[in-house]
Amino acid sequence: MAQALGWWGVPLGIIAGTFRGSVPFLFVSLGECLTEKSGKINLGLEGTLLTGAMSSYAISYLTGSPWLGVIGAGLAGMALGAIHGWLSQQPRVNDVAVGIAMIIFGSGVAFFLGKPFIKPSAPQLPTIDLGNWSNLTQVQAALKISPLFILGMAIAFLMQWFFKSTRWGLYVRAVGDNPDAARAMGISVFKVRMVSIIVGSFLAGIGGAALSLYYPGVWTERISSGQGLIAVALVIFARWNPIQCLYASLLFGGARSLGPALQSVGIDWGYYLFNAVPYVLTLAIMIITCSPKRRLTGAPGALGTDK
Amino acid sequence: MTEKLKLSRRQIVRGILATTAFGLTSKFGTGCSSQSGTGQTSEDEPLVVGFIYVGPKDDFGYNQSHAEGAAAVAELTGFKVIEQANVPETQAVQETMREMIEIDGAKVLFPTSFGYFDPHILEIAEEFPDVQFFHAGGLYEEGMPANVGSYFGYIDEAQYLAGIVAAHNTKTGKLGFVAAKPIPQVLRNINGYTLGAKSINPEITTQVVFTGDWAAPVKEAEAVNSMVNQGADVITCHVDSPKVVIETASKRGVFCTGYHTDQSALAPEAYLTGAEWDWKSIYTQYANWVKEGKSLMNGDIPHIVRGGLAENFWELSPYGPAVSEAAKADAEAIKEKFADASMVIYSGELKDNEGQVILSDGEAYEQQAIELETTDWLVDGVQGSV
Repeated sequence: MAQALGWWGVPLGIIAGTFRGSVPFLFVSLGECLTEKSGKINLGLEGTLLTGAMSSYAISYLTGSPWLGVIGAGLAGMALGAIHGWLSQQPRVNDVAVGIAMIIFGSGVAFFLGKPFIKPSAPQLPTIDLGNWSNLTQVQAALKISPLFILGMAIAFLMQWFFKSTRWGLYVRAVGDNPDAARAMGISVFKVRMVSIIVGSFLAGIGGAALSLYYPGVWTERISSGQGLIAVALVIFARWNPIQCLYASLLFGGARSLGPALQSVGIDWGYYLFNAVPYVLTLAIMIITCSPKRRLTGAPGALGTDK
Repeated sequence: MTEKLKLSRRQIVRGILATTAFGLTSKFGTGCSSQSGTGQTSEDEPLVVGFIYVGPKDDFGYNQSHAEGAAAVAELTGFKVIEQANVPETQAVQETMREMIEIDGAKVLFPTSFGYFDPHILEIAEEFPDVQFFHAGGLYEEGMPANVGSYFGYIDEAQYLAGIVAAHNTKTGKLGFVAAKPIPQVLRNINGYTLGAKSINPEITTQVVFTGDWAAPVKEAEAVNSMVNQGADVITCHVDSPKVVIETASKRGVFCTGYHTDQSALAPEAYLTGAEWDWKSIYTQYANWVKEGKSLMNGDIPHIVRGGLAENFWELSPYGPAVSEAAKADAEAIKEKFADASMVIYSGELKDNEGQVILSDGEAYEQQAIELETTDWLVDGVQGSV
């Protein structure tokens, strides 16, 4: 039988929370990283996350296969991404405004179609149990890692390599930094951005699948509670670097489990404060990294401009 | 002069399209439906009753329990029930109430969420003095509009029974309680649960984690995980939808007791029992009163209606397979005392968990005691603070 862990429960809780809670942040921030590298912002990923969570849960429930659900979530994300990609590149259309519309649209679609799936329980994704060496059930439970987490880590490294060392990566960076130069090189700015946004939304959709099929493993309308938007802010924090997106996601996933972990060992003052840690972190990082004198290092040149 | 005001046809069409699209999408989140009572005659105008929920109607939780009550009213002859789900506790609920009154002609409204009351119901009630508003939460006070009524059940009685069952099933002597916000109703449930458990074994403690939000799935799951890590082996909760808590507890291999509705389908093995609301009887009661021509304004309907098991305000989920015969016998014995209203949960000597004496020897709080309505303490044995 499980014995109480006492103070060791706090670091363990944070580590476990890091593995469990960071997956949606990781996928959404990687998707946003790719999108922003091409020079467009997609705020609509909050809506994409919800649509992904809903469609993966629905598909997993209807077909009995959670992996089909993951793919379905990605495809649903791509559909939303295609809308954003096309709309935000029309002349005199502001991508931030379209993004906000897409948050409302994506969550509306998810809530509307998701009504019948709040109640049933869908098959969940299997986990990789890395904790079997330990005889503590707490450690075993903490180290049940989702294959999606491994996949996300792999994608982070792959994306870093893609930006640095491939021709296609160069195209994306060129389009994001200086669309005029890219055009002079003969690259279609529209197509590159379209593909980047769609692939980014595919990843964000999978982030949604992690929410509804891994942790916490249900579909409700409050499942995301702003994680998609935090993930967009993470990209700025991570300076548009996929590897740093990974670290930032881990940090935020862990920060979120701080409040419950501390309360369960008896630190019961100020839980509102501890629960606010992720948001305080975001603000602090924004303040530390902003400067009126220079642009953020690593920011794509065309980001936020009308080019 | 006219140059400045000129809008091209395209701009106008675009504007219209954009506003329609926005309206449509923002409406997607709120499902509106109506159920008609059966058998009403055409010359007899049905009485329109509106129900408003803060979340979806099938969330295995608070909203579902109210929707089941609404369905019972819809079954009655001569009533038309209109419902709207996912209405936030903001200005939005005022709009919903106004729509139900002005467009659907509702005469009776049940805005069910706790945060709807002040200021939203109070403001709208001033505006429509001939519409009756009933709110779950027992917040009515003297001096509020005459057309506002309040009702609430002593569901801490059911939590007391759940605590008894939990005490029989815990091996570690530690129970876990996932709570949303430290408001009196939640604290009463924590106290009732703990006192029930302590009536079996005085050594038992209840660990509380407040999530700070009525619906926060990730935090609720984290709370369950961290309490199980600390050795808690029976988990319960007071949040809007217990689904995450029940499923996470079952995944971690510990027992759980439910809240609001029956969640045994989510964890058939781990589910012990649960404290369920029974709004059907109270809503039917209100509907019949209004039908008979009674009203809050005339004083025929009391402004505050409260009750426990004796008044059918709650019921207990069927016991799960893990509940022993001894546990059932203990719980049923107390349940009978609740049914004839002879049971007193809060009796002296009672201390809070900071050592202060709440009730000294020989004193007791009856369920109706007004002091309990403003509970801001946790009984001895609860690990946590308000």
